[in-house]
Amino acid sequence: MKLDLSFYDKKRSLKNSFALGLVGFLAILGSFPFLAVTFYVLMKGFSALDWAFITQLPKPPGEDGGGVGHAILGSFLIVSVASLIGIPWGLSIGIFMSEVKKKTPLFRILRFVLDVLVSVPSIVVGICVYVSVVVYMKAFSGFAGSLALSILMIPIIARSSEEIFKLIPDHIREAGLALGIPRWKVILKILLPGCKGALITGLMLAVARAAGETAPLLFTALSNQYWSADLTKPMASLPVQIYNFAISGFENHQRQAWAGSFVLVMFVMVLNLVTRFILRDKNHGSRN
Amino acid sequence: MKKPSGHHFDQIFFYFLRLSGWSLVIVLLFMMGSIFWMSLPTFKNSGLGFFVSQNWDVFKEDFGAWPFIYGTVVSSFVSLLLAVPVSIGVALFINELAPRWIAKPIGFFVEMLAAIPSIVFGLWGLYVLVPFLRDYVQPGLSLVFGWLPFFSGPPIGVGMMAASVVLAIMITPTISSICREVFASIPHSTREAALGLGATRWECLKLAVLKSSFPGILGATLLGLGRALGETMAVTMVIGNVAQVKASLFAPAQTMASLLANEYAEANSDAHLSALTAIGLCLFIIAIIMSLLAQLVVDRFHKKVHGR
Repeated sequence: MKLDLSFYDKKRSLKNSFALGLVGFLAILGSFPFLAVTFYVLMKGFSALDWAFITQLPKPPGEDGGGVGHAILGSFLIVSVASLIGIPWGLSIGIFMSEVKKKTPLFRILRFVLDVLVSVPSIVVGICVYVSVVVYMKAFSGFAGSLALSILMIPIIARSSEEIFKLIPDHIREAGLALGIPRWKVILKILLPGCKGALITGLMLAVARAAGETAPLLFTALSNQYWSADLTKPMASLPVQIYNFAISGFENHQRQAWAGSFVLVMFVMVLNLVTRFILRDKNHGSRN
Repeated sequence: MKKPSGHHFDQIFFYFLRLSGWSLVIVLLFMMGSIFWMSLPTFKNSGLGFFVSQNWDVFKEDFGAWPFIYGTVVSSFVSLLLAVPVSIGVALFINELAPRWIAKPIGFFVEMLAAIPSIVFGLWGLYVLVPFLRDYVQPGLSLVFGWLPFFSGPPIGVGMMAASVVLAIMITPTISSICREVFASIPHSTREAALGLGATRWECLKLAVLKSSFPGILGATLLGLGRALGETMAVTMVIGNVAQVKASLFAPAQTMASLLANEYAEANSDAHLSALTAIGLCLFIIAIIMSLLAQLVVDRFHKKVHGR
């Protein structure tokens, strides 16, 4: 005797195709925002972009033209100084975490501290720097902004460099030590050059993250209407300038906010894409 | 025996590494100490009432954090409702279902979302998403679900709903990338067992993948929540910045982070600054708890999978 299960099977297969269709729909929905955001930034930003935009100062409300040259300079200075502080600091912590004896108290404390710092909202870092630097110096300054950004960069750099150093097989360290080379030379002259490419990608991602941050700069570097390269004074930066333009009601300013976003997105995207290509080349190299 | 030259430098080198580690610890302690110190007067004045009071009056120096706590919690929660299903869908689709040629671009789009600065999301939210919600989504919702308190009131665009949608977009890459890791860590034999017993593909995904990775998904959700709670710029630009507690998602609101972005630089009186710093301290502590909890859940999941 044959049991007729066709109804039951049909229900199952219907449910199957419905659920799989839903998953596919959600996946397409999830990839849609990126396309929507980049489309608008490219379309609205590119049309507002010209030479004056990256070389001139903003015009007062109501007038056409002008630019954000001072903010690009400011962002460049703030992020450079932040990198000068954050890269050596983060790198040496990363080396400590992977190369020095584990299970010391400092190791455990640092593991916790890095976890905490990675998850602290960036605006809270801004408050901390305001309370501990701006209040004492009694002035907003570009340097305070750099400090806030470097605190955001350190955990990212430390984590990525720790992971990269851990990937180096131990026999390379042992080979160096067996030749009588001191450990600091093994680390700096053998391990470090060996993973240079991967390290640089980690650093670039950290710089890209810092360059796009707005919240920690709002009340540390503040902003500035004019050209300024003085790190002890308030300093304009591209993200804060975009914010100020975006919430002003004037059409010219809004256009320039899109153009500023275009510049920012391009910078961040290029850094991200370059790191992707470097990493992919590396993977292909190791596979062959 | 004399050590070969260069070895005494080892000690200096490791001292230097340890110094850089301790100095970071000191920096964190100093940061926490200083914001605690700054927010102390507020807690002394209003005690725990600070968290439940609804007033925020700068001129009368009467400060309460409830509207901002409410705004933060509700916007983050709604964003999770939107982002978690989408993220799981993305992760399932890329890892389990899609052929390579379509999985790759979708994975790329979702990953690159994480690279876009939050100010750009804010700008896009303010000039693209808000008008879209105001003109198309909110009138439709109030037509169909207008009898629910969540969808009552005039559709004005800026408000809780816009903030939740932007937040959902921003936390999707975080959640989906962890979900992908979690799904990838489930052994193939589990899936093959389900298929071998005659399960359809969906039943296989449900029984073999989703069920056993539930703790990992929970950890990913907590991590996304941690990000949503502290997100500042994009929320500030679309939430409307009104300190009020309203059930409607159409109404403007304010979160803890967006309040700080709006008022901190302009705070003149010590009491105002202290109250704002106290809110920053709360945000700090919540973020720490969230991330530690998420880590704990994910670590336990990994131990369970690999220990088996």
